[in-house]
Amino acid sequence: MTSEVLASQDTQLRRPEPSSGSRRRRVRRIVKAVRMIPLAPAILIMITFLAGPIIWSIYGSFTNASLTGVNASNPEWIGFENYVNLVNDPVFPLSLWLTAIFTFGSAVISQNILGLGLALLMQKANKKVTASVGTIIVSAWILPEIVAAFVCYAYFSDDGTLNQILANFGMTGPNWLYSFPMFAIILANLWRGTAFSMMVYQAALNDVPPEITEAAMIDGAGGSKRLLHVTIPMIKNTIVTNTMLISLLTLSVFTLIYVMTAGGPGNDSTTLPILAYKEAFRFSNIGYGTAIATVMLIIGAIFSVVYIRALRPQKD
Amino acid sequence: MKKRAAIALSAFAIGGLLAISGCAGTNAPAEGDDKVLKVAYIKTDAFTALDTLFQTVKADFESANEGVTVELQPIAATDDDYKTKLALSQRSAETAPDIFYEDTTALRADADAGYLLNLDDYVSEWEDWGQFTDAAKEAGKGDDGSIYAVSLGTDTRAVWYSKPVFEAAGIALPWEPKTWDEVMDAARTIKASSPDVVPFNFYAGTGTGEGSNMQGFYQLLYGTELGGDSLYDSETSKWVTGSQGFIDSLAFVDELYSEELALTPAQALDPNIWKSVFGEMFPNATLGATIEGSYTPSFWQTGGSYEWPEYVDDMGATVFPTQDGQEPGGVSMSGGWTLAVGAKTADPQLAFDFMAMALSKDNSLTYVNENSQIAVREDVAADASYVAANPFVQAVTDIVAVTHFRPATSDYNQISAEVQKANEAVITDKATPEEAAAAYDKAIEGIVGAEGVIQK
Repeated sequence: MTSEVLASQDTQLRRPEPSSGSRRRRVRRIVKAVRMIPLAPAILIMITFLAGPIIWSIYGSFTNASLTGVNASNPEWIGFENYVNLVNDPVFPLSLWLTAIFTFGSAVISQNILGLGLALLMQKANKKVTASVGTIIVSAWILPEIVAAFVCYAYFSDDGTLNQILANFGMTGPNWLYSFPMFAIILANLWRGTAFSMMVYQAALNDVPPEITEAAMIDGAGGSKRLLHVTIPMIKNTIVTNTMLISLLTLSVFTLIYVMTAGGPGNDSTTLPILAYKEAFRFSNIGYGTAIATVMLIIGAIFSVVYIRALRPQKD
Repeated sequence: MKKRAAIALSAFAIGGLLAISGCAGTNAPAEGDDKVLKVAYIKTDAFTALDTLFQTVKADFESANEGVTVELQPIAATDDDYKTKLALSQRSAETAPDIFYEDTTALRADADAGYLLNLDDYVSEWEDWGQFTDAAKEAGKGDDGSIYAVSLGTDTRAVWYSKPVFEAAGIALPWEPKTWDEVMDAARTIKASSPDVVPFNFYAGTGTGEGSNMQGFYQLLYGTELGGDSLYDSETSKWVTGSQGFIDSLAFVDELYSEELALTPAQALDPNIWKSVFGEMFPNATLGATIEGSYTPSFWQTGGSYEWPEYVDDMGATVFPTQDGQEPGGVSMSGGWTLAVGAKTADPQLAFDFMAMALSKDNSLTYVNENSQIAVREDVAADASYVAANPFVQAVTDIVAVTHFRPATSDYNQISAEVQKANEAVITDKATPEEAAAAYDKAIEGIVGAEGVIQK
């Protein structure tokens, strides 16, 4: 519909063109340029605050800039040295692996499945249940990250809520943050992030026309078949978009992990953001820290390209 | 429609630009008589002595200097976070404080970075400068030998032990261990007689950060055969690798933890564990001993974070022994914080005058007493109220004779972190002392390069 309207407007604009020649074209170009002017501040702000830090991060990763010491005032260009060191750093592969576990475990799989499951259940549930469950789940999401992190710390810590609940059943829980740090932070992020997926899927499911599912039902398709062959294909785009958003969000989670385990014990929960922070700010190696940040940037960019590609063929 | 949107957008953009330029206007340094001195320092619930000091000096300085406003910027953070925040603020003249609380370990690196004002010309004309001890003057020097900071006070480390716990275990008091074995024996005796008591808390691992080295591992390492050159060889200015002392020290830590004579590794890695040590374990007599700073009484005395008047009778303090009782018979570590002036300050003389007022005899005395610091001014050390501040002042001041200072090079923070990691690997059973020492050697070589280490 909209594309047709645009096309007709386009032909209307184009029609007088051959008669008036290049002058018209020039006027149109000027008009176009004038129309860009209001956008200029926005573009300028984008360049300053979005592109700027990215360029600085890439530049910084090729220097030995540090927070203190001689290199703080006069950083030197050292080429790929930071990246070479990164590849040889035994913590880096571990950190990559932990980041992958964290992202896949807490976002791509759990948040997606739980979010979709909740959205499906809430379609069936009565209004009161929907409202109360929805409020509880969304409250985890609207909490500021630092508050959510402290809540999780209080829940999982040695004498925290979880172990007190277990104690009521006569069980002695382990020190979750120490013995199972990845498990604890994955659960925490799952708790915090599920609301987002749930809301996205609720919106998507509302757009699935009931006639189609009804038709499938009349054709004899059971619940699971309808879900697999009708509902999921129809919300496929939403699934891809949602997966992209939550995996990028999870990739950069810092506060939650830093407050709960600070990357420890040892490096057992040091995901890339934590590693970058430690190197840059605890050990003052800004150059090395930005190299890690740049690697994260590249990983994020690859994710986005993959997801955008996955979305493309759907639009015809 | 479109036009209206465009107008709205441009209005918004112009408004935004105005706002930005407006910000720039207010940020410009104030001209004329009104001068502002920004003072950055740490203030936490457990450390308010410096805040008290600066509040007093602010009032005095403002009334003595017409038109000067002192802006106090207390930062509630751990030592490490404070240092990071301070270093970040130093990067721009807009945010850099004029006077700040500076750790002696960060001082040389910060002087190299050009954050600190060279104070040579100022201290030479300062009449109080002669009162500072040579060690204190040395602590404020940068790599180039110039003075960049003035010491507020120093500290030592001692073994603090609970008399009721030791008495219950039948250990003769006063307890004065002469070797590592005697420390270990005492811990085992306590374990045997009171299984519920933690015999000897030994800070280790990355949780407690730099503190775990200062109040832990270095007491062992500096008491091994290489003594003061165990970590860093002062003659060649190289970091020591492959020393037996390092392995022995890790083995001692390993023994304490594996025999459950210390806290559990999980407790030891909790950054807040020291609060339990001061606030609960010693007052409840559930802990035998720990290595802690000379400032320990400041937590327990009236006005401290964990008031406990009985500490005077219930606690004992002694120096940590060397490995086999070799000379000089004890080990201690000293650190301490200083005051420094920012290199980017608009009025260096004014900033120095403020600092000098904060370090005057009366102000120093109050600060040192309130914070249980070891005095660095001779007139303060000679004051009757200094020695009388708590019953342990004499004991911890005597330890100065066997104390060591950390090698405060720019790499130090990273190397300190490697020491913490080696300890953590040992207490969590991820590595044997030999493996952890080998990993440490490799990491150190990675940080300072092969030419920066010396094999011992």
